[in-house]
Amino acid sequence: MREFFHRKLERKTISLVVAIVAVASIGGFVEIAPLFTIHKTVEEVPDMRTYTPLELAGRDIYIREGCYACHSQMIRTLRDEVERYGPYSLAVESKYDHPMLWGSKRTGPDLARLGDKYSDAWHVAHLINPRDVVPQSVMPKYGWLQRNELDFSKLGLNLAAQRSVGVPYTQEMIDNASKDAYGQATPDTDAASGVSERYGEATNVRVFDGDPARVTEMDALVAYLQILGRLTDAAYKQSASADAPTPVGE
Amino acid sequence: MPQRADAAALSYRDCVSAKIKCLRYYRQQKKRVSRDRVSLLFMGDNDMISQLTSTERQYALVILVLMSLCGLVMAAGGRGDPLGVHGFVVLAFSVGLAFVLISGFYAPQPDPEQQTQYYDDPTKVGIALTMAWAVFGMFFGVWVASLLAWPDLTFDQAWSSFGRMRPVHTTGVIFGFGGNALIATSFHVLQRTSRARLSDQLSPWFVLFGFNLFCVLAVSGYFMGITQSKEYAEPEWYADIWLVIVWIVYFAIYLRTLARRKEPHIYVANWYYMAFILVVAVLHIVNNLAVPISFGSAKSYSLFSGVQDAMTQWWYGHNAVAFFLTAGFLGMMYYYLPKHAGRPIYSYRLSIISFWGITFFYMWAGSHHLHYTALPQWVQTLGMSFSAMLLVPSWASAGNALATLNGAWHKVRDDATLRFMMVAAVFYGIATFEGSFMAMRPVNALSHYTDWTVGHVHAGTLGWNSMIVFGAFYALVPWLWKRESMYSPKLVEVHFWLALAGAVVYVFAMWNSGIIQGLMWRTYTENGVLAYSFLDSVEAMHPYYIARAFGGLLFLTGTIICSYNIWMTVRAGKALATDNDAEGDIPVFARNAVQAGE
Ligand code: HEM
Ligand SMILES: [Fe+2]
Repeated sequence: MREFFHRKLERKTISLVVAIVAVASIGGFVEIAPLFTIHKTVEEVPDMRTYTPLELAGRDIYIREGCYACHSQMIRTLRDEVERYGPYSLAVESKYDHPMLWGSKRTGPDLARLGDKYSDAWHVAHLINPRDVVPQSVMPKYGWLQRNELDFSKLGLNLAAQRSVGVPYTQEMIDNASKDAYGQATPDTDAASGVSERYGEATNVRVFDGDPARVTEMDALVAYLQILGRLTDAAYKQSASADAPTPVGE
Repeated sequence: MPQRADAAALSYRDCVSAKIKCLRYYRQQKKRVSRDRVSLLFMGDNDMISQLTSTERQYALVILVLMSLCGLVMAAGGRGDPLGVHGFVVLAFSVGLAFVLISGFYAPQPDPEQQTQYYDDPTKVGIALTMAWAVFGMFFGVWVASLLAWPDLTFDQAWSSFGRMRPVHTTGVIFGFGGNALIATSFHVLQRTSRARLSDQLSPWFVLFGFNLFCVLAVSGYFMGITQSKEYAEPEWYADIWLVIVWIVYFAIYLRTLARRKEPHIYVANWYYMAFILVVAVLHIVNNLAVPISFGSAKSYSLFSGVQDAMTQWWYGHNAVAFFLTAGFLGMMYYYLPKHAGRPIYSYRLSIISFWGITFFYMWAGSHHLHYTALPQWVQTLGMSFSAMLLVPSWASAGNALATLNGAWHKVRDDATLRFMMVAAVFYGIATFEGSFMAMRPVNALSHYTDWTVGHVHAGTLGWNSMIVFGAFYALVPWLWKRESMYSPKLVEVHFWLALAGAVVYVFAMWNSGIIQGLMWRTYTENGVLAYSFLDSVEAMHPYYIARAFGGLLFLTGTIICSYNIWMTVRAGKALATDNDAEGDIPVFARNAVQAGE
């Protein structure tokens, strides 16, 4: 009976096409659509902040250089991961990540809680030649980051595009994007003050790459690395609270 | 009716009654054979252009002019941005093709008789492009593999850094090698199983060159740092839009050619090719939704973020595996394997079960890439369950392929071409079993983030995808160019053992390193602290990374030999003494398999 049916189906191109698309669409629809509507999917936390323009520029460099190919930013709910890297990652922590950078491979360690773990100077030395600070490392050298000046002139466009996909940047933030990027890496200039005004007192405003005279791609990337896992405290609070789900696994 | 190609019309037996026609046909074939030798050298030389009607030549020129204009607009609008560089790439690509076209623009009109034959020029060029991308992509694979063993084996240049070259490798092999192989074989299979000529002569070229332009934009973009970072969907918004256009034309060719078919039934290989085209379109469009920061910039931001983006990316990623690397290649297998073995497909019923099972189950399974993450658990559980069920249709196809060979094992023993296909089916079975296994949460806890995933991927891509392409090409090349056999059957044999050894070395190295890595990360000392630092695990990988690079080198060497062999078959292969179209150019299924069906 079924075969009879199928032999009819395979005689008609259009019904075959419609059947394929229909059958294939169900799974994705059932799994993806509710993620946008079910409220619990992403935790509500009041202290979640957005990236500053400099950090966003650093994130774009992280993407450009393909760092995500070797580093994850997603600590799983497994005991060894939590003990090695820190509290497991929450959905809210990548709420403003367009796209997300959870990664799928750890040739190097997870970076979700990298912020404040090492000094800026360590990061700069490590990025210029990883084997200077970690002899066994297989990570590539990124010397050009220190050589290239950061082009922050058009960062307003980046923030505006981020806003159009849902990141709550204000018009003021967009208008001042270039200035804030510059200011965050040059604490002694006038541009610096606006950064903490717009993004909060806790924002890192300092010379990241060790060279106060220039704002380089290194400044941006290190600023980004130092904020990883620091956009909200939710993960730390959750792991401290008693009713937190216990990490599973051996 | 005369517009329709009919293989039988080309046979000598039919010609006997019309001797003159026959002689003309014979001469034409001979001329074509000698001209074809050059065809591989120049992607669109005069010979191929002379097959286009003058209307088609004019349309082609209009399209190329439009594309050049697009390139100019991109170059102007994207000044100071990598988009501008890509504008020049588009311009150069289109102007280059236009030059080739114009050089043959006033060549004599094609013989209307050609309408009674299959149109295989795009397939031939597609084969050449496939092999070029294979060598390119695998070369970069060996390079990035070496970088993990010897990280300073590079220039202190951004373009040659691991993170930028890795997508060059993945795109080069998946889209460049795999995609061209799919396009080239799909045109061939579509015509043979429909017993109809392609619907027109221009759109196949548009699809082939358009797709390769997409690949060029993708790969050259990574070198410059243009990427969306979405795995297997790295190209930026403008390249994505371009691919959609190419894909619509590709689908139209399918619909229009099927509409002309002489077989009442659509053969199973075409179900798979159609699922490949259709579902990849759906996946590609949804996953790549993004907002460019300006129309003068290559940079865009994904519409989705965080957990929704993760689910979308792996819904895409897993099903790129399913519909690009599996469905399309199953289409290849379902045609060339029975055809070359000279046996009907073992079971029509199994192929139906397998087809609908794969089409339905796969789309639920993407969340197995996100176990123990911030993705809600109910989605993870669905992904795990459907991954387990997926084993049934997967093994239905693998089993169907192997059962088809049952009774022809002596051929498998003697014929490396058939052995390629057999090994492909076996690796397909292994990779899908392994995949379902790795999708179980407890297993995935160990395997995820490790080289085990990489080992699994390469069991699929080296063992299954590459082997089935090589097998199909070794069957197809002599057939298309009307040669008695491949230039050197010995080299086919050498290639087989190099490829098999390379794949096995690669996969075993990564299984080992992956499992060791996973175990080291979770091992505790008696005192309840983690026993190994991350760096300990990095050091432990070193010998396996060397072994992997070596396995890759073997595989690459085989691919280069294959390219040489194909090249020599076209250039210097012994031409077929008699035309075999009458017997050979009708698919096996048409005679027994499906009709005989249960
Ligand atoms: C029944 C069929 C299959 C299932 C259930 C399956 C399942 C899986 C699982 C569980 C992973 C690891 C995800 C992770 O932990 O990151 C994976 C990764 C992968 N598989 Fe499969 N697999 C199947 C067949 C195949 C085949 C036939 C191929 C190749 C032709 C393939 C190519 C890949 C690729 C490219 C990845 C890498 C994704 C990444 O970067 O994480 N799979 N698959
Ligand atoms: Fe998967």
